[in-house]
This record gives sequence, structure tokens and C-alpha cells, in this order.
Amino acid sequence: MAGTFLDSTELVLNMGPQHPSTHGVLRVIVKLDGERVNGTECVIGYLHRGVEKIGENRTYTMFAPYVDRMDYVAAISNGLGYCLAVEKLLNVEATPRAQAIRVVLTELNRIASHLLWLGTHALDIGAITPLFYCMREREYTLNIFEKYCGARLTTHAFRIGGLQYETYDGFEKEVEEFCDLFLPKVDEYEELLTGNRIWRERLIGVGILNEADCKAYGVTGPMLRAAGCAWDIRKALPYSGYEKYDFEVPIRQNGDTYDRYMVRMAEMRQSVRIIRQAVAAIPEGPIMAKVPKIIKPPVGEAYVSVEAPKGELGYYILSDGTTQPYRLRVRPPSFVNLQSLDKMAKGSLVADLVAIIGTIDIVLGEVDR
Amino acid sequence: MTKLLRTIFLVDLFQGLSVTFRTQHPKNIVTEQYPEHRPKIAERYRGAPRLNINPENGQTLCISCDLCAVACPENLIIVGWVRNPETKRKDLVTFTYDTSRCMFCGLCEDACPVDALELTQDFELASYSREGAIFDRQILEEGIKPTKYRF
Repeated sequence: MAGTFLDSTELVLNMGPQHPSTHGVLRVIVKLDGERVNGTECVIGYLHRGVEKIGENRTYTMFAPYVDRMDYVAAISNGLGYCLAVEKLLNVEATPRAQAIRVVLTELNRIASHLLWLGTHALDIGAITPLFYCMREREYTLNIFEKYCGARLTTHAFRIGGLQYETYDGFEKEVEEFCDLFLPKVDEYEELLTGNRIWRERLIGVGILNEADCKAYGVTGPMLRAAGCAWDIRKALPYSGYEKYDFEVPIRQNGDTYDRYMVRMAEMRQSVRIIRQAVAAIPEGPIMAKVPKIIKPPVGEAYVSVEAPKGELGYYILSDGTTQPYRLRVRPPSFVNLQSLDKMAKGSLVADLVAIIGTIDIVLGEVDR
Repeated sequence: MTKLLRTIFLVDLFQGLSVTFRTQHPKNIVTEQYPEHRPKIAERYRGAPRLNINPENGQTLCISCDLCAVACPENLIIVGWVRNPETKRKDLVTFTYDTSRCMFCGLCEDACPVDALELTQDFELASYSREGAIFDRQILEEGIKPTKYRF
């Protein structure tokens, strides 16, 4: 019970699991004192499918499509992380051509993920228009995925050791066209939102999480960078040839919802920059490294983390020398970032809670696994 | 002073509205009119499965090697065959493909050594019963026939 000047008791309310602004099936038990949030408690697991256990019962090749279904908004990043982890176990490296194509597709997927985040986040706060524009541009990236690998969302684009599919005719041209088309559109979203006074009032100073708290909770990705820490796996522990590309890690200082918005907008521009460099220099050569047909890694363990759109996505695989992993553990960024909800929401208004949940950028498929 | 004027004349809101009105032109419409206009499906699209037949003699291309059933993560392909005593080869009898559990990952078509099993561009997989999602050999060879509507 909080000390208020009226003699009020604490009200406990359920937000979700069907609430549209919880982006899936997240149930938040909110303790309220009038309009103020005294504390929140997340109830997760509505979408639990036991993906890690499924991994123990499938061969390495068979498990690859399942990882797409965790963070289904950024399926390609998931696939990349898993393939890199198994490749580390096998001690093989994808060919230069495969690496370049992987970078192009992963960055396109980052843009698609950020666009979906921007659209739904703005929709939660009350700006409906950006959603339609974001979906319109996201369609271009999904069409590229569909033409490249035959699926739009759960793509299964990468295989262990490289790629299954060669690029289609006109792939490079189409990606470059998208880059040219997309940059003015980011300015368009900013024109709609950045200066808008309602948007600023709703975001500035809401859900502040400083750098020390971010590190204490293990928060990564745009949330950490908005608090002033320039930690990006692509720069810190480069994988798949990211060290070759010239890009910046956008950071902001305040760590509030508005800064997280600005960081993600800047990240989309940086992704375009990476795509431009990568697509201009796709080397010739094979797309598949020498990998045995039946994948049987030696006894050992491997942990690989990649920079997914939501933060650090890690795969830990323990191999006992058979065709199936002995243990497979995923470090999902949304799950870890969601922990900070209570810290951010304490003392805010109920309406801000919607903005705070949106700014974490959670995908419940990944939180519950 | 400029800030006050911008606040009074709602400059930020009109800036946003100008974006909205710029996209009102009919040539900017991006909505697809499905099912009147069929969407253009990519060549590599992984949709309904098909068991290819040899167009010359109408016989199946499948050699009953069972590799697709082994490759399938969901274990949903069942290949039934008998040994032909004359030719000493396996003859395909039944082929069951349960699309209700399929996640269209494409591992079966990658595994097929003779390009018999293929995921096609057909995407209208809805049916009125759960049994309708289980494809037998006949449906797989002839292809799915979704209801056609007239307008």
C-alpha cells in the first residue's frame, strides 16, 4: 500500500494476455494506486513450445527451421546465430560469398523487424498512420525473402555451412533499389513522429533505464545503446565478416523511450549503409563450405552470440558426438530485456506502461520459446 | 519566439499531415485485391507439396527411397512401397503427406534425389476438415483444387 493523501488501497489488475498492446500473449499483473503503477509482474509461458527440448530430439539439420519460430519477426537473425554456433562446433567457416549474402539478408531482416516495431509501437501510443507506411516498406523486404528462399516470415534461409539457394537473377539490383527507396521513407516516418508534440510528450522521460541498470539486468541491444553504452556484437565480436563493413553504432544518452526510438531509427539507416556495402561486393564462388552430409560434431561445446534486432541473441550447444545436440540453450534478447519492465514502469502512469512494453520490442515467441 | 509561433500554428502537426495527404493519391495504393486479382507468387515459393509424374508415360518419378521421410523434422511423410519381383525395384504404392503438421521448411524437397517431391506455388491450403489436410498420393499428384469463386 502506498502512502497517498486519500486512504486508498492497492488495486491489482491484469493486463493481458489478450490485451492488444502486449504484442502477443504477455500477462502483466499491475499493482495500481489510482493511475500510478506501484509494481508489475510478468506472467509468461502462454506460447511455450519447448523449443530447446525439441532441439535435443532433432538432428542439427532438422532443428534449423525451428529456430525461425522463436523470434518470427527476425527469423533470419535466429537462423544465422544457430548456423554459426553449429559451424563453430564443426570448425568450418562459411564461404566468403555465403557470408556476404548472409549479411545482406540479416540486415534486411533487421530493417523489417524495426519497421514492425515502429508501426506497432506508434499504434499503441495512438499514431495509427505509421503502421500502414511501415507495413508498406516491410513488404519490399519480405518480397526479397520470398524470391530468395521461398518463404516470407519463417524463412529457413541459411543452412549449416553456407546457403541452400543461390541468389536469383536481379537480386543485387532489387536490394539496391530497396535501399534507394527506403532512406527517404525513414525521413517520412521521422517527419510524422519525431517532431510531433503528442509523440514527444508521450515518450520523453518515460521508462528511464540508465546504463548501470541495463548492465545489472543484462539488457542488450537498442535499449542498452539508448542508455549510452556503445555495445554492439557486430563491432565487439565481429562475425560473418562484419569487420569489413564501415558503419556506426548509434548511441543516445538519456535511456528513455524517446531515445530508444531515435536509436532504432538511426540503426535502420546504418543497416542500409551495411547492405549497400555488402551487396556491392558479393564475391564470386561457392555458397556452401565442405560440410559432411550427416552432421556429427565432435564432443564439445560452443557459444555464439549475434546482434539480433532486439539485442544479443546467443546459442549454446553442447555436443556429445552424436547427430543430435546433448543440450541446446538459447539466450533470447526479448526474454532478458523484459525483466527490466518492473524497474522502468514503477511510478509511471498506466498509459505509459503501454509505451514501455512497446519500447522493449518483445516477441512472445522468443520470450516463451 | 520561433518556438512559440511553431506551437501556436501547430507546425509539427501540419508537417505530419502533409505526409499523410501526400500518399492519398490513387497511384499510391498498394492494397492487393485478392481473390479478384491473384498475387504474384515467387518461383521458389514453398507452398503445397506435389509429387511429380513423368509427363511422357504418366508414371511417378518417385523411387521410394524414403529420404524425404528421413529428412522431415516433423516425421509427417509416409512412403508405402512393395518390391517388384520382376524388376527388383521398389514400386510406390501410397504416399501420405500430412500438411496439418508441415512447416514448409523445404528439407524434403532438398533431400529428394530425383526431384519428385516439390513444394509448389499453390498456397490455398484451407479445408473443411482435419482429414482434408492429409494429402494422399492422388492429391499430391493432381495438385490441390481450391474453390474458385466468381464475382
